[in-house]
Amino acid sequence: MDLVDGNYELREIQKLQGHTDRVWSIAWNPASGTGDIPPVFASCSGDKTVRIWEQSPSSRFWDCKAVLEETHTRTVRSCAWSPSGKLLATASFDATTAVWENIGGDFECVSTLEGHENEVKSVSWNASGSLLATCSRDKAVWIWEVMPGNEFECVSVLQGHKQDVKMVKWHPTMDILFSCSYDNTIKVWAEDGEGDWCCVQTLSEPNSGHTSTVWALSFNAEGDKMVTCSDDLTLKIWETDIGRMVSGDVRTPWTHVCTLSGYHDRTIFSVDWSREGIIASGAADDAIRFFVESKDGLVNGPTYKLLLKSEKAHDMDINSVQWGPGENRLLASASDDGTIKIWELATIS
Amino acid sequence: MVSGLINPNPIVYEKKECRVRSVPSNVDEYAVEPIDQLEIFDILSLPNICVDIKDPEHPYSLEELKVITEDAIEVDDKNSYVRVTFTPTVEHCSMATVIGLCLRVKLMRSLPSRYKVDIRVAPGTHATEAAVNKQLNDKERVAAALENPNLVAMVDECLAQSFA
Repeated sequence: MDLVDGNYELREIQKLQGHTDRVWSIAWNPASGTGDIPPVFASCSGDKTVRIWEQSPSSRFWDCKAVLEETHTRTVRSCAWSPSGKLLATASFDATTAVWENIGGDFECVSTLEGHENEVKSVSWNASGSLLATCSRDKAVWIWEVMPGNEFECVSVLQGHKQDVKMVKWHPTMDILFSCSYDNTIKVWAEDGEGDWCCVQTLSEPNSGHTSTVWALSFNAEGDKMVTCSDDLTLKIWETDIGRMVSGDVRTPWTHVCTLSGYHDRTIFSVDWSREGIIASGAADDAIRFFVESKDGLVNGPTYKLLLKSEKAHDMDINSVQWGPGENRLLASASDDGTIKIWELATIS
Repeated sequence: MVSGLINPNPIVYEKKECRVRSVPSNVDEYAVEPIDQLEIFDILSLPNICVDIKDPEHPYSLEELKVITEDAIEVDDKNSYVRVTFTPTVEHCSMATVIGLCLRVKLMRSLPSRYKVDIRVAPGTHATEAAVNKQLNDKERVAAALENPNLVAMVDECLAQSFA
């Protein structure tokens, strides 16, 4: 059955409390939730801490397994697991990025990356785990190479954004980096073959881009489509020729496919594309929405249909929505109300 | 002393003397009373901002300077929404962002958390209107600003004076 033909409801599985301030971001451990390994995710907050949550295999209940504190001195804005799931990077308003290693269930801070002038807002690992990217209010994007012995060496400082950079994200298969900003643009960064990183494309208003701050972006499983969300109350879908990109042309352009407008009432802070193709969005109107590609409009290019809108999913703004790594449609959401909720997008017959 | 003032000669308007609350038709004293325009206006009647917050010679309130008027406050209690439109005293008032931040903090501390608050400068009253509005409504920037001890001290000073 096509995703678009199903009837869905969003079932709340559990509400997780523990953070004492707004929860900014969540990240599922990609090496969990399959086989015998129970699903695990990290959350970070204005309370300066990071929490690690794990689902008990027997009770199915979620518990906080660890609290990572006394390292960051200000808000922890975002967190990201390395592809192996062994390292967790956390970006903070204290201008540093910490890297934590899971040593027998205890998380130890093994490295602190310094260099940004002020608030670090986002951190992302590339697909192989060999590179890390960070971005800041200082308008710069830094690329770090992972060296032996938990050493991180800055290989590039990318200037180009005119305002603070809200998020960095690596392409799911290629070493191509994407950043989105308060300057309303999305920039694409790639290595030129001689070890130098440069901006290969800027997606801005003249090429159908956003008209206000771009808060987040996410890729589909194939990596040939990207969704971006913005303060302009729209989601935008972009696509590229992935074959050409994989064959080595890192300058393969991304083009605007369509704009999803009229669905959101306030700023959209988070967007995440599931492996089976469902786009979830979290916004300042306290709602979670789900969209899926509809085959109906193929004459005029693909269209996207609203599958479900869950109003009042939280009591306050929703800052992050992230799909779980397993087969079941688990989604975690984080909110200004200080809670995290685990949901299941269930099919109703 | 005067050289430090952004607007040394502000126009001072008279305070409205008498405000009459509309009598609620519902006389049930246990009924939930919706938050109205006047209530927000009272919350925001902060003296002493914008002329120079550190200058006690200018103890004018935002109301007296017509930075905030009752008409510039839109409240939709049913949908938990407030929009405040303020008018900086001069077109280049560099304090506009601080005033806006004070207004936001005051509302954050006073209103139930279910409220969504938008703050903006009145159209055409500030040289960098769009930039000020964008900054005041970017919650990540506001959150970062409120972790800056100097800014928080400044905001607290503004807010404390409203109870003097």
